[in-house]
Amino acid sequence: MSAVQDQAHTSQPAPGEVLLEVDNISLSFGGVKAIRDVSFDIRIGEVRAIIGPNGAGKTSMLNVINGFYHPQEGTITFAGKTRRNVRPYEAAASGIARTFQNVALFKGMSTLDNIISGRTLHMKTGFLWQLIHWGPAEREEIANRRKAEEIIDFLEIQHIRKTPVGRLPYGLQKRVELGRALAAEPKLLLLDEPMAGMNREEKEDMSRFILDVNSQFGTTIALIEHDMGVVMDLSDRVVVLDYGRKIGDGTPSEVRGNQDVIDAYLGVSH
Amino acid sequence: MAGAVAGSGTPEDTFPKLLLRNARRFSARPAIREKDLGIWQSWTWGEVLDEVRAFALGLKELGVKAGDKIAIIGHNRPRLYWTFTAVQSLGAVPIPVYQDAVAEEMAYVLSHAEVAFAVVEDQEQVDKLITLNEELHALTHVIYDDERGLKNYDHAQLHPFEDVQALGRKALAGNASAEADWEAAIAAGKGEDVAVILYTSGTTGRPKGVMLSFDNILISAVNANAFDRLDETEEIIAYLPMAWVGDHIFSYAQAYAAGFCVNCPESPDTVTEDRREIAPTYFFAPPRVFEMLLTQIMVRMEDAGELKKKMFHHYLGVARDVGERLLNDEEVGLLDRLRYRLGEVLVYGPLKNRMGLSRLKVGYTAGEAIGPEIFRFYRALGLNLKQLYGQTEASVYISMQPDGEIRADTVGTPAPDVEIRIDDNGEVLYRSPGVFVGYFKNDEATKETKTEEGWVHTGDAGFFDNEGHLRIIDRAKDVGKLVDDTLFAPKYIENKLKFFPDIKEVVAFGHERDKVCVFINIDLESVGNWAERNNISYASYQELAAHPQVYETIETHVRQVNQDLAQEPRMAGSQISRFLVLHKELDADDGELTRTQKVRRSFIAEKYTALIEALYDGSTEADISTEVTYEDGRKGMLSATLNIRDVERFGTAQMKEAAE
Repeated sequence: MSAVQDQAHTSQPAPGEVLLEVDNISLSFGGVKAIRDVSFDIRIGEVRAIIGPNGAGKTSMLNVINGFYHPQEGTITFAGKTRRNVRPYEAAASGIARTFQNVALFKGMSTLDNIISGRTLHMKTGFLWQLIHWGPAEREEIANRRKAEEIIDFLEIQHIRKTPVGRLPYGLQKRVELGRALAAEPKLLLLDEPMAGMNREEKEDMSRFILDVNSQFGTTIALIEHDMGVVMDLSDRVVVLDYGRKIGDGTPSEVRGNQDVIDAYLGVSH
Repeated sequence: MAGAVAGSGTPEDTFPKLLLRNARRFSARPAIREKDLGIWQSWTWGEVLDEVRAFALGLKELGVKAGDKIAIIGHNRPRLYWTFTAVQSLGAVPIPVYQDAVAEEMAYVLSHAEVAFAVVEDQEQVDKLITLNEELHALTHVIYDDERGLKNYDHAQLHPFEDVQALGRKALAGNASAEADWEAAIAAGKGEDVAVILYTSGTTGRPKGVMLSFDNILISAVNANAFDRLDETEEIIAYLPMAWVGDHIFSYAQAYAAGFCVNCPESPDTVTEDRREIAPTYFFAPPRVFEMLLTQIMVRMEDAGELKKKMFHHYLGVARDVGERLLNDEEVGLLDRLRYRLGEVLVYGPLKNRMGLSRLKVGYTAGEAIGPEIFRFYRALGLNLKQLYGQTEASVYISMQPDGEIRADTVGTPAPDVEIRIDDNGEVLYRSPGVFVGYFKNDEATKETKTEEGWVHTGDAGFFDNEGHLRIIDRAKDVGKLVDDTLFAPKYIENKLKFFPDIKEVVAFGHERDKVCVFINIDLESVGNWAERNNISYASYQELAAHPQVYETIETHVRQVNQDLAQEPRMAGSQISRFLVLHKELDADDGELTRTQKVRRSFIAEKYTALIEALYDGSTEADISTEVTYEDGRKGMLSATLNIRDVERFGTAQMKEAAE
């Protein structure tokens, strides 16, 4: 048995190619500068955390990446294609999926339907075909349902398959939302505070799912998180933002030792 | 009966032989199903033979040999059931282990049994074995069913189930005589060989490994199938722990003997829904499951519309009058029959469908006493629910209720081929072909339990009533005496209290003391629902348990029990004097319950000494702080101040007056 024990959880930085490159991005709303000249990259297969105090520009950064906000300066290169202004659906089509800080599900629909809705981009047959529900449309629906069921199995939510998500507790809703993002089979998964408001047990479950998504599907993950313990355990590399500026970038242990980061979190006396 | 006799001396006296027979006889019938990705997948007996053969030969390639012990750990999965037969076909011995046991608990069983291989369900179990690595010297290979999360593990001694089967298939393809050799080895197996070792959870001390032979298990299974006329068309749902003798007999032995189909639920959380889809014809559940089902129905009915509510209660009344008599084939008037028939269409049918019991032929409950009200409710609906009394050491069956002779408070007459006698001290002893071979590596315990003539001490106290039905009152060693020599049967008192839906668990004290006092655990679902409807807010179990109105309700229940006890001459002296409601639920993770949810009396007495003293020294409050174990094994402290209440006791004379 001795050899089995060696590597329970490997989370070595995967020295993959760069999947996403953020180059000198600046974003402002009127006079408010939300992001100032930030650059970093995300490599294929890694879990990349974006941390920082409140108002540091973390969510704005995610919104820039998935095309919801358009930065005034700088470029974003995703999978080899450089762009500045891209619309959210184009970002989604190119392989970026996300979850939201406040759960954004279709409350009246079942878990299964919510997850299948994440397959929209993979539905090639048109509305009429689907109405006839025959031939390619039927095959496609079977394929989509199968994928959704795999995700349900993966996230262990079989028992709520047919429950309207509005009736589910918050922790489960978060899991369904992760499921919907996974259904898009993204290359890059953006998670905006996946563990906000959860109790310890729910956090541990969610952490396990995030690690499993990363190792099982090889999905690259960028996540915003406040719980430092979670960030240190989950991520391969961390980028730290404060007042829209990047103040740190590196492995969790490097970042933890960075004086600027410590100051930003604990405050400095002047 | 289609599942011909498979006892000693017949050609099919082992599971692998039965598998070969079933694959011939029922080759196209479903043998096992599993719900996967939302769809029921099934395997015919012919396909199961293929799977088992490939896996057995794969195990052989890995080095499994006759006499090896192989642990099986996980929820009810087809592949784990196949593992039993595959292992047995090689002359090795399977040892199912409770899958929810924490690593340390598992360590004892695995090392005591000198397990050489383990076939497990998933990462959770693999992780446990990895933490135990240091202690398990004999363990060489681990095989897993679900690869989720295990991709990056070192696979030197870790194998996916498919890979082992592939190894077996390669051996089959490479060697023309492999299949014939395998079947020859099966033919050489004998009925008296040890088929399985089942570790009992044990309310006291270390678990003991009960060795059961093929004859033990299969004769019992064949008898039970004949008793209830079960054949290859039955459908059952396998959801109880595989390490428990009941599941082994119902879902494995009886299924192989009769050739019927076993259905594995999608996950432990979906059992109710899956049962509804399968609608089993033969169903076993501990009383707790029936209680829970009934509570859920009652709670839902509270929220139903006025008309539905009226209809439900009206026809439930009809069912109470008529249903049980119909089930027992007694005489019932035409009008009553019509009313019942209408009730079936309007209420009972839909209700049974919701519970997944609409095709039920026979259902059993055992393990604990079931509340008479609950028992009658199901029977009134026309469900043939019966009670049995059994033990691991007996391959389950000791006594069971024959059709038409059903009582809520007995466990029936001796099962086929079983002799029962009551010892001088009231203990129940039995002798049968199902009696176990012995405890594994524990001759001393074997001698203590099994006499030279083959009688086995059950450790339960009981007696036969006038109709020849066995009644169990308590564990023999738990039956005690108050200081004034009054008989004190704690379980008897506890069960009476537990029949109230508000009360989940009770521990009674009184042996060698001057009065009876009890700890009570409220049922969060039932009391929580009541609180919600009465606008009582609470933040935690602890807060709800300490609520004065909850205490009030519980006190009326205790008084009710005292009234009942007062009417029974033997029990009147052991009425309850004082009680308290515990601040936390008794939990197996804290060692307070066994894995099968039975109270560990002496452990609790020791842990809560302070509370017991407070019960007996007359104080009205008691402080307690206890250590609790969370699901992931971490520990925390929980402290509380508990109220203690006195309860009115009734004299037998007083009761008579009241009756007059």
